[in-house]
Amino acid sequence: MARRAKLAAQGVAIGLVVLLFGLLVWKLVDDEGGALAAAVARGETPDAPDFTLERLDREGELTLSSLEGKAVVLNFWASWCLPCKEEAPFLERVWRENRDRGLVVVGVDAKDLRSDARAFMRRFGLTYPIVYDGPGPTTKRYGVTGFPETFVIDRDGRVVDVLIGGINSDEDRARLRAAVRRALRS
Amino acid sequence: MRLALFTSVVLVALAAAASGAAGPPNAADLEAELVCPVCETTLDQSDAPVAQRMKTFIRERIAAGDTEDEIKDALVAQFGPGVLATPPKSGFGLLAWLLPLGALVGGAIALGLLVRTWSRRRAPPAAETPLSPDLEQRVDEELARFES
Repeated sequence: MARRAKLAAQGVAIGLVVLLFGLLVWKLVDDEGGALAAAVARGETPDAPDFTLERLDREGELTLSSLEGKAVVLNFWASWCLPCKEEAPFLERVWRENRDRGLVVVGVDAKDLRSDARAFMRRFGLTYPIVYDGPGPTTKRYGVTGFPETFVIDRDGRVVDVLIGGINSDEDRARLRAAVRRALRS
Repeated sequence: MRLALFTSVVLVALAAAASGAAGPPNAADLEAELVCPVCETTLDQSDAPVAQRMKTFIRERIAAGDTEDEIKDALVAQFGPGVLATPPKSGFGLLAWLLPLGALVGGAIALGLLVRTWSRRRAPPAAETPLSPDLEQRVDEELARFES
C-alpha cells in the first residue's frame, strides 16, 4: 500500500515537472515576435494572417480576406505612440494617392483606448479604414514587437515588405512607396 | 458573552464593508489592481504612455461617478482580462484561485499519509525482559559492594 502511494506520488511529481517544462517551452515559442518580418527579410513572401476586427471608423467589422484582389498597407499603431503621430499624415497621403489603383490602407489600433484612437483619427483627418485590436491578438499573430509596424501585402495576400518603426525618413517613405508599387503590380 | 462579542465584530466588519462600497473608488487602489498592457507591471509602477492614459481614464471615470467594477469592466472590454492584476474569480480565472488551494489541501493530505506510513513502519519498543534470578542477585551484590 505504502509502496503504491509512493509510486503514485512520484508519478504526480514527475507529471507536474513535465507540465511546467511544457508550459515554459510553449511560452518561449508563443512569445517569439518578428517571425513574419524575419521571413520577409529572408526574401520570402509569407501569407498575411487573416483577421476579422471591429471597425473604429464606422459600424461593423473588417475582414482582411474581404480585400482579396487589392494591395493592402497594414499599419499597426496606438494613439500614445509618438512615431505613429508623425507617420499618420503620410499614410493618409499614400491612401489618397493610390486608392483608385486598388490600394487599401488599413490601420490596426491596439493596446489603446477606443476613445483615444477615435480622437487620433479626427486629429489627423484619417479617412482610411481603422480596426480595433484591443488586447492585441492580431498584433501578436503578425509578430509585431512595437508600434508602429507596417506590413505591405500584395493582391494575392502575401506580405512583400515589413517596415519596423515609424515611416518618417525620406528613405523609409521611398521604401514604402516602392513596396506599394510592387504590391499593386502582383 | 462570546456570542455578543462575535456578533459585534461581524456587525462592525459589515458596516466597514458597506461604508467602503458606498464611497467612490480610490484611484490609487485601482492603479495597483490594474496592469499596463505594454510593460505588464501594475499602473502605479508604470510611466509608460499607455499607463498614463489609463490613469487619466480611471480618474475621469471616478469623477463621472463610475463604480470600481464599472471602471474595471470598461478597461477589460478594451484591453482584455490580462489588464487585471489578479485573475477574475469566475470562469477560467477561478482556476488560478482554486489550484493553490487544491495544492495546499493535496500537500496536507500527502503529508498526513506519509506521517501515518512512517509511524506504522516504526517497530514497537521491545518489552522489558526481567533479569534472571542469578543475574539479579549478582547485580545486587555488585551494588552493595559499590555502596559500602
